[in-house]
Amino acid sequence: MRHHLILRVVTKMLVAPIILFALYVQFHGDFSPGGGFQAGVLMAVAFILYGIVFGLEAVQAVMPAWLAHKMMAAGVMIYAGTGVVALLLGYDFLDYGAFSPHHPSHGQHWGIFSVEFGVLITVTGVMISIYYSFAARRAAINDEEW
Amino acid sequence: MLDLFIDLSLFTMLVATGIAIVKMRRLFGVTMMAGVFSLLSAMLLVTLDAVDVAFTEAAVGAGISTVLMLSTLTLTSRIEKKPVHTPWIPLLVVTVTGAAIIYGTLDMPNFGDANAPAQVGVAAQYMERGPEEMDLPNTVTYILASYRGYDTMGETSVVFTAGVGVLMLISGLRRRRRKPRRDAEDVS
Repeated sequence: MRHHLILRVVTKMLVAPIILFALYVQFHGDFSPGGGFQAGVLMAVAFILYGIVFGLEAVQAVMPAWLAHKMMAAGVMIYAGTGVVALLLGYDFLDYGAFSPHHPSHGQHWGIFSVEFGVLITVTGVMISIYYSFAARRAAINDEEW
Repeated sequence: MLDLFIDLSLFTMLVATGIAIVKMRRLFGVTMMAGVFSLLSAMLLVTLDAVDVAFTEAAVGAGISTVLMLSTLTLTSRIEKKPVHTPWIPLLVVTVTGAAIIYGTLDMPNFGDANAPAQVGVAAQYMERGPEEMDLPNTVTYILASYRGYDTMGETSVVFTAGVGVLMLISGLRRRRRKPRRDAEDVS
């Protein structure tokens, strides 16, 4: 989309606020609607939007395909790892009270924070990977075809 | 009264969108209408006070799905082919299934019924114990991430598995070459 000036300028202006909003949805999820799944999708949308407008090479310079693939597995490992850490501390699997034995609700906050972060990583990685594998199948569409 | 009006107009628009999707042959338009359908569903969920679900529906259904459908569209043709069969048998199947589902809803508890099975089970306990055990304002978050932590881990694994499946099918990543087997030589 070489000559779509408005699209390019608006995209450049929107990418940062989208990522910021994704982080807000993620870390404010305890108080307002939202959480890892929604934030992950929003985070992926920022990269996908950039990829649609500026091309696959440009976005893969920022977020390489191998990184997105690793993120998919890393998120699940963070989630399960939280449970394993609780297990090693002598509590049940995924019992977040383990992280702050004297003040269980603080432990819950840490646990929820950690697993939601895992969800964010996995969902972002999966959405970006799926977009990459579709977009890499065919060269970018000609401007005339739109 | 206003609730009824909003529900009726949203459902009317949903049905109109559905009919438009069936009628249209240009797949680009169909994709856009599917996004509209998701947004209308998200609005319906907002009227049910399920803001978390509505948020997900708007982000995933209207946002990501539309982009993925468009990406798929660039790999296939733009115009749907004419169906070769008559629509009567599918119509009959859909009508019978729909009638069965509507018949099934007759046994369901009324909307907002305090004695509904969903309200009297563990949900009541979560609502009761949650505020002191969790000390978090958003009930949905702590039920999902803490009380139902196993389920959410399963969901995350499902998302992961879906991503791996797509990568294996269409990403075009090369398979690592196996070493040539030795035992064939040993036999001879």
